[in-house]
Amino acid sequence: MTLPFAASPAERRLLTEGRLSGPMPWVIAIMMFLTVLAAAGGLALNHAARNVTGSIAQRITIQIVEANPDLREQQTRAAMAALSAMEGVTAVNRVPDAEIEALIEPWIGGAGEEEGIPVPTMIDADLTEEAHDRLETVEEAIIAAAPAARVDDHAQFLAPLAGLIGSLTWLALALVLLTASALAASVILAVRAALNTHRGTIEVLHLMGATDIQIARLFQRRIALDALLGGTIGFLTAVIVLLLLGQRIGAVGSELLGSATLPPLAWLLLILLPIIGAVVSTLVARFTVIGVLKKML
Amino acid sequence: MAARMATTIVQFENVGLRYGTGAETLSDVSFSLDGGGFYFLTGPSGAGKTSLLKLLYLAQRPSRGLIRLFDEDVVTLPRDRLPGFRRRIGVVFQDFRLVPHLSAFDNIALPLRVAGVEEDELATPVNEMLAWVGLSDRASARPATLSGGEQQRVAIARAVIGRPEILIADEPTGNVDPEMAARLLHLFDALNKLGTTLVVATHDIHLLSRVSAAQLMRLEGGRLSDPTGALKNPPREPHMGKPRKPSA
Repeated sequence: MTLPFAASPAERRLLTEGRLSGPMPWVIAIMMFLTVLAAAGGLALNHAARNVTGSIAQRITIQIVEANPDLREQQTRAAMAALSAMEGVTAVNRVPDAEIEALIEPWIGGAGEEEGIPVPTMIDADLTEEAHDRLETVEEAIIAAAPAARVDDHAQFLAPLAGLIGSLTWLALALVLLTASALAASVILAVRAALNTHRGTIEVLHLMGATDIQIARLFQRRIALDALLGGTIGFLTAVIVLLLLGQRIGAVGSELLGSATLPPLAWLLLILLPIIGAVVSTLVARFTVIGVLKKML
Repeated sequence: MAARMATTIVQFENVGLRYGTGAETLSDVSFSLDGGGFYFLTGPSGAGKTSLLKLLYLAQRPSRGLIRLFDEDVVTLPRDRLPGFRRRIGVVFQDFRLVPHLSAFDNIALPLRVAGVEEDELATPVNEMLAWVGLSDRASARPATLSGGEQQRVAIARAVIGRPEILIADEPTGNVDPEMAARLLHLFDALNKLGTTLVVATHDIHLLSRVSAAQLMRLEGGRLSDPTGALKNPPREPHMGKPRKPSA
């Protein structure tokens, strides 16, 4: 009893076999390596985009630009009170002065207020989606409470970054599709070459009454094994590269780069790639063989 | 008439075969073969013997004409029904066409495996067949290590193990010495006595006299003749239904 896609041990002997002996498993390994890297890049970028847009896309930062420190402090408190009382505002946090000084230090040094340079106060506020949709109203209420307030919408300056990440994600997906297509093309070429090599045996089998499906089973099993072996090699190599890359990114210490990590679901998808590769290769082999055999009597 | 038609298992009517755009290799070939008959097909090299056999074992479709096998029109037969017909036909190829990396046992077992016979049911018939062709001690030998005669016998064993209704042999004695040729003919005769229809293409006119019941078909220039008048079902006019002598 054999499965429709499998070949019996005796059937296997009909074609000479040698694992990792031909170029096919290595071609598949290279394709899988590139596919896993591209897919990992796409998934990590997608995760980063979700992180960035999810956490701060509905955040606004209010700057109180007032030279008089007393008035500035007064308006800061008024703006915070107005925000806290507002519907749809989930969090209001004043950015600590030390953090602001650290932010502007590269431009004006450690001087700031002592040198007579007015440094604005800053307030971060997180809004609900509904509140963010009516940002103009929120802005008017803040300015009514603090005329020196300037409201910066994070979504505005995140838009180009989100667009870039989105484009890179699509590029990664396109690369995955391209490498998958190249893999399929390699399988087709390999199957056609194998069909030519074994043409004599195939003709004899045909004349004995073998069906196309019986003959296709011999080739698809061979390709499935090559794809599984090559896919596993390519996948493991890519995982090693990804782990090393992860270490390097961690060492950079960038928040944005650091957010480009692979969540567990992404790893599961990557693990599925060699299996999907083997299944796709098997199906491509099957349909290629049947397509070629249909041209024979 | 009805009884005669019932035993006819091969029928060619005005069959022509052309490869590509060249001249016809076979022209207006008409004949019919009775089940259980023994037929020799002779003719000079290039006469079209192998082409005729290819049509018989369904490796080729004719360019024109009608071919009926086992009472079915095989010219228009859908491709997916061909395997079923091919399993009823055994073929001994001129060049044996043994699978080089398989042992004699596995080569002989091939038609049974194609037919889906389970592995544990293979050994008995294959070993019987090896014994029948005198190669029991060469079961595990690969074709490259077998002599021409041994390869020929493996090819014959492979052709008959599926108990085909028709056995077609293309120059089966072309590569063996006279003694082996006589042995092979003896094997064919034994098969014929068991009811298998035999069609043997040969150059060897000495073979013809060794099977008394054999009938002769002669091909020359792609046209079939019946020089001895031995065909029990001589070629007929396709539309008249009357017997006629084939054109030379």
